[in-house]
Amino acid sequence: MVVGKSVQRVDAVDKVTGRAKYTDDLCDKQALIAKICHSTIGNGKVLSIDTAEAEKVPGVVKIVTCFDIGEKHYFPTAGHPWSTDPNHQDVADRLVLTDRVRFYGDDIAAVIAEDEVAAAQAVRALKVTYEEYPVVLDPIEAMKDDAPRLHEEYPNNILNHTSSRFGNYEEAIKEEGLTKVEGWYDTPTVQHCHIENFICYAYQEGERLTVVASTQIPHIVRRIVGQAVGMDWGKIRIVKPYIGGGFGNKQDALYEPLCAFLCKQVGGRLVKLDISREETFMSNRVRHAMKFHLVSYVRKDGTFAARKFEAYSNQGGYASHGHSIAAKAMGAFPQLYPCENVECDAYTVFTNRTVAGAMRGYGMPQFAFAVESHTDDVAKVMGIEPIAFRKQNLMPVGYVDPFSKNELYTDSFNQCMEKGMKYIDYERKLKEYQNQTGDVRKGIGMSVFWYNTAVWPISLETSSCRMVLNQDGSVQIQLGETEIGQGADTAYAQMTADVLGIPFENVHTISTQDTDITPFGTGAYASRQTYVAGFAIKQTGLLMKARILKYAHELTRMPEYNLDIVDGNIVRTTDGRELMTLGELAKEALYSLEHCEHITSESTAQIKSNAYSFGCCFAEVEVDVPMCKIQLVDIVNVHDCGKLINPSLAEAQVHGGMSMGIGYGMSETLLYDEKTGKPLNNNLLDYKLSTFMDHPHLEAEFVENEEPTSAFGTKSLGEPPACPVASAIRNAVLQATGVAVNQAPLRPQVLFERFKEEGLI
Amino acid sequence: MYDMKALYEAKSVSHACELLIEHPQSQVIAGGSDVLVQMREGKRAGKELVSIYMLDELRGVTLDEDQNIRIGSLTSFSHITHDDIIQKYIPVLGEAVDMVGGPQIRNIGTIGGNTCNGVTSADSASTLFAWDAVVELTGPEGVRRIPISEFYIKAGKVDLRPGEIQTAILIPEKAYKGYFGHYTKYAMRNAMDIATLGCSVNVKLSTDKQTIEDARIAYGVAGPIPMRTKTAEAFVKGKKISKELMKEFGEKVLEDVTPRDSWRASKAFRCHIGEVMAERGLEKAVKRAGGEI
Amino acid sequence: MSEKQYKLLTCTINGKKTETMVDVRASLTDLLRNDYRLTSVKKGCEVGECGACTVLIDGEAYNSCIYLAVWAEGKRITTTEGLLGPNGELSDIQQAFVDEAAVQCGFCSPGFIMTALEILDSGVEYSDAELRKLLSGHLCRCTGYENIFKAVKKTMYKRLGKEWKDC
Repeated sequence: MVVGKSVQRVDAVDKVTGRAKYTDDLCDKQALIAKICHSTIGNGKVLSIDTAEAEKVPGVVKIVTCFDIGEKHYFPTAGHPWSTDPNHQDVADRLVLTDRVRFYGDDIAAVIAEDEVAAAQAVRALKVTYEEYPVVLDPIEAMKDDAPRLHEEYPNNILNHTSSRFGNYEEAIKEEGLTKVEGWYDTPTVQHCHIENFICYAYQEGERLTVVASTQIPHIVRRIVGQAVGMDWGKIRIVKPYIGGGFGNKQDALYEPLCAFLCKQVGGRLVKLDISREETFMSNRVRHAMKFHLVSYVRKDGTFAARKFEAYSNQGGYASHGHSIAAKAMGAFPQLYPCENVECDAYTVFTNRTVAGAMRGYGMPQFAFAVESHTDDVAKVMGIEPIAFRKQNLMPVGYVDPFSKNELYTDSFNQCMEKGMKYIDYERKLKEYQNQTGDVRKGIGMSVFWYNTAVWPISLETSSCRMVLNQDGSVQIQLGETEIGQGADTAYAQMTADVLGIPFENVHTISTQDTDITPFGTGAYASRQTYVAGFAIKQTGLLMKARILKYAHELTRMPEYNLDIVDGNIVRTTDGRELMTLGELAKEALYSLEHCEHITSESTAQIKSNAYSFGCCFAEVEVDVPMCKIQLVDIVNVHDCGKLINPSLAEAQVHGGMSMGIGYGMSETLLYDEKTGKPLNNNLLDYKLSTFMDHPHLEAEFVENEEPTSAFGTKSLGEPPACPVASAIRNAVLQATGVAVNQAPLRPQVLFERFKEEGLI
Repeated sequence: MYDMKALYEAKSVSHACELLIEHPQSQVIAGGSDVLVQMREGKRAGKELVSIYMLDELRGVTLDEDQNIRIGSLTSFSHITHDDIIQKYIPVLGEAVDMVGGPQIRNIGTIGGNTCNGVTSADSASTLFAWDAVVELTGPEGVRRIPISEFYIKAGKVDLRPGEIQTAILIPEKAYKGYFGHYTKYAMRNAMDIATLGCSVNVKLSTDKQTIEDARIAYGVAGPIPMRTKTAEAFVKGKKISKELMKEFGEKVLEDVTPRDSWRASKAFRCHIGEVMAERGLEKAVKRAGGEI
Repeated sequence: MSEKQYKLLTCTINGKKTETMVDVRASLTDLLRNDYRLTSVKKGCEVGECGACTVLIDGEAYNSCIYLAVWAEGKRITTTEGLLGPNGELSDIQQAFVDEAAVQCGFCSPGFIMTALEILDSGVEYSDAELRKLLSGHLCRCTGYENIFKAVKKTMYKRLGKEWKDC
C-alpha cells in the first residue's frame, strides 16, 4: 500500500530542473502582446478614451476600449460550479472592458501590440476622461444611505445579507448573573501572492478558441469564457499546464475572458496577456477584509448563555465569490462553540476596493481571528485559562451539523490541543509568562478552528476520472481536479496504485488539464480535491479492475472472484499464485487477434457528503514593547485531516498555510488611499509577505482519525493551516502584554497605537 | 524588455562624462536596481541610459597613503560587507549595507547608486553621514570632493552637475580612527524591505572608556534626506557614560528629527522609535567601543 | 524607440560559449528565456523583489530581471538547466529539494536552487540565522521556507562531510 507513505512528488524532478512547463514557457514567442489600461480613478464613468496618440506607437496592432466591445455579455467570475437554477447562479456583473469604473484599476481598455514595450507605451498614451464619483472603501460606510452606490440594483451597496437565529437571544441575555463581553475585530485586505502572476494566451483554430491559462479551474473557466464572449461552450478549450500557485485567486476567471475576446478582435491570432505583479495586487482578487462585532453573555461557570455575531464583509467593486465567504464565516459561529441562543448576521457590501474573491480559508481566517481572539477575551474576563475555557465550550464529540450533516466523530479538538500543548510546553510557559514587566515580554497563545471539506450541500460536488491501461501494465489517470502545487497529482497516483493493486511508479497522472480531453471536474478549491477525487478514483479504479480481471478470466480461465491484482500481477487468491503480470495481460489485450480490447475506465462520482476537519495553532512570541515589534519565537499547527495520503506532502502543505497565517497576523495588508481608492503598496516590496527571516521553525503535527465518510479516510487540509495562526499570535501578544489587539495584522504601527492607548509606552 | 530609448555604454570614466554631455536627457545606470525598476514602472520609461556598470575601475575598497578609506562607487553592497578593509576599520558600514534588500540585490546594488538616487531611506546613507563621508565626483572639469551632507540637496536630488558621475566615497581617517558604531534598521520585515527608519550611531570614548569624547548620530527617513541630529551629539559630548545618558540622548534626538506622516508609518510612530533607536544604538556603540553601562 | 539597437554579446551560458545579437533593451531574463529557452528562469515580479529569476553570474546570485543582458559580456551564466551531470543526474542541491519535499508549485524552486548553490559553493558552514539571511532574497508562498531550509542545510552539511542531524 502506498497511501500513507511519503513517496516523492511525481513532479519534483521536473520542477527542480526547469523542465516543468508553465503557461509562459509554452507560449510561442511570436504571440501578440496585450496590455490592459486600468482606470486611474476608484469610482466613476469613462467619458471618452482618445486613442490617437496610442495608435501612432509603432508595433500597435489594435486598441480596444470599453466603447468597442459590441454586445454586452455580462458574466460571473466566481469559480463555482454552474447552477442550472437561476437563483443559485453567481452574480453576472462583469464585462471584459467597462466604462463604469468601480475600483481603482478597473479594466477600461486594452492594447494589442507586437511586443510588450509597444503595448505598454500605447497604454500610457491613451487619454482617458472620466466623470468621477466619490469613493467608499469601508463596508459600514458603504451601507449608509448617503454613500455612493456602486451597482444600481443593490441599495446601500449590500450584495447580500443573511441571518441565522437559534433560541431566543433577547430573552436569554436577561438571565441573572451574566457577564457581557463585547468586541470589534478587524481583518485586512490581503492578496494571495502566488509567485507566478496570472497569465494566459489565446488563439483560434477554425471556429474554436483555445485559452492556455494559469488557472485552478479549467472546466469552470471554459464555461465562463463561453459566457463572456458569447460562444458555445463546446467551442472553447481551456488548457491548464503547471501553475505557480493559486491560493484561490486563480479560482476565479481572471483575464481568460478578456484574452479570448482580444484574440477574437484580431481574427484569432495568438494573443498573450501577462499580468504584472502590480496588476495582480490591484486588479485580480483579494481576501475579503471583514469587520466583526461579537457579543458573548457568559455565565459564572464559564458557559455561554447567548451570543451575537455580526460580520461586514468588504466585497470590493464586483461580486466575484460574493456572499459565500461571509456566509461561511457566519455558519461556523454556532458550530465551533455551540450555544442555545445565537443571533448571527452577515453582510457583504460593495466598496471601491479591489474585488474580493476566494482565498485559502474562504472566510475562516477572518472568522478565526475574530472569534478566537474573542474567545481569549472572554476567558480573560472570566478568569479562566484559555484552553480550559475552550474545552468547556467547544463542539462536543458526537455533534452533528443539521445542514451539512457533518459530524465530530472523534475527540479531535482535545487530541489536537494536547499535541500542541506538549510540543510548545504550554502549561509551563503559560505560568512563566504571566505578569511580566520590562521592555521585552514573552507570551504564549493558541487558537482552534474547524473546516469543511468540499462544498456539498451548498453546491455541486462531482469528480470524473479516466484510467487507461498501457501495454506494460502501467496506467494513465486523468482528472479535472488540478495540481496547483499542493501535490494533488502525487496523491492521485498513490490512491490509484492502491485501488488497482499496481506499483506507484506504474501510475502516470496526466498533470495538464485540457477541457477537450480531460474528464469533467471542477478543480482546486474548498480543500475538496483529495476527498472528492478520492471517490472518483476509487470508483473508476474498481471499474478498471473489474475489466482487467474479466480479461484475466479469459486468459487464465479462473473465475474473476478468485482473481486479484497485487503489486502489478494477476494473482489467484485461492493459493496466492501469480498467474501473469499485468503487463503481459495488457499486451495480450491490445494485440490479441481473437479479442482485442483497449482496457479503460471512466466514471463520475457525485458526492453528497462533507466532512469536518479540525486543528489548532500554538504560538510563542517575544514582544519588544518600546520598538512595537513582535518576534515569533515558536509555532506549531496540529491538524486532524483524517488519514494522511502522503505525510511529507501534508506537512509541507501545513508549513505553507502557517506561513500565510503568519503574514496575516503580523505584516500583510493591502493599503488604499482614502480619497482615491488607489492601492498604495501593490508590489512585493511594500506588501509585507513574510520572508525567510520572518519565520521561526514551523512545526506541523497531525492527529489521524480516519474520516468515515471518505473513500480513503482523508479530508480537508489545503486551506485549514492558514486559519488559526493569526489569532494564536494575537492571543500570545495578549498574554505577553495584557493588550488585546483587535486589528490584524499586528504590525508595528498598530501596536504603537494600542500600546500608547494602554500606557505601555 | 525595457522601454528605453537608447543605451550608451561607457568605456571609461571620461567616456561616461562625454556621453552624459552628449545626451543631456540621459540617466546614469550603475547596478540598475533602482533605475530599471522605475523604468519598468513607467516612471523612467522611454529614457536614454548611460551605463557605467562595466567600469571595473570604479569597484573595490582601498586605503590611500593617508589611511583614508576609498570605496569605488560601483562596489556592490555584498563586496563592501565582505571587504577586509571595511571589516577592519568601519564594520558598521558593512553591516548597514548588509541590510539592504536581499542577497541578490546586495550583489547588484552599488553604494554609488544608493547615494546618487538621493533617497532618505538608503541603508548606506545614514552610516555615511555618521562617518563624515566625502563624496568624490568626476566630471568634464575634473574631480571635486564634497562632504556627503552637502551632496544631498533635497529628496531625490543630489549635487551632480552635468556630465558628472560619482566615482568614490571616502571615509577620512580622522572620521573613523577610534570610532565604533552601530546601525539599526527598523523595517516591517527582516529582509527585502526599505527602512521605516534607519539610525547609525558612532562614538569615540575617552581612554578610560568612561566618557564619550565624541558621538555622531545620523538618521534615514527622519527627514526628506538623511540627517545628523547635532543637538543630541553636542549634548552627549564629554559626558560620563550612564544608562540615563542614553535615555537623554534619545530624547534630545527629537529636537532635530522631522519625519513625516505617510501610509508606511505615522510621524508619531517614527519619532517614538527614533528615540528608542538612538538610546539603544548609542548603548551598543558604546559597548562596541569597550565602554560599560 | 525609433530604431532598435542591437549588440553582439559574447558570454558563457551553462558552460557553453555563446554569441547573440541582443536588443539592448533586453534583460538577462529575456535573453535566457527567449533566446536560449532556459525557462527555469521564472518571472514573478520583474523588479527584483521575488527572486524567481535568479541565476549565477560568475558564481554570484543575481536577479536576472533587473540585469541588462548586455552586461553579461564575458561573464559565466549558470541556470538550473546547467546543473545536471553528464548523464542527466541531479546535482546535490536539486536532489535535496526533491528529497526534502521543498518543492510545491515549483515556480520559486529554480531561483532558490541557484542562490543555494552560491551559498554551498562558498564552502562555509553557516549558522541557521545566517542561512536564513542568505536565502532571504526569494519569496515563496507555498512552503513557508521550512523544507527549503532543510534542503539547503542538509546539503551544506553533506558537502562539509559532517553528520546530518535533523534540523
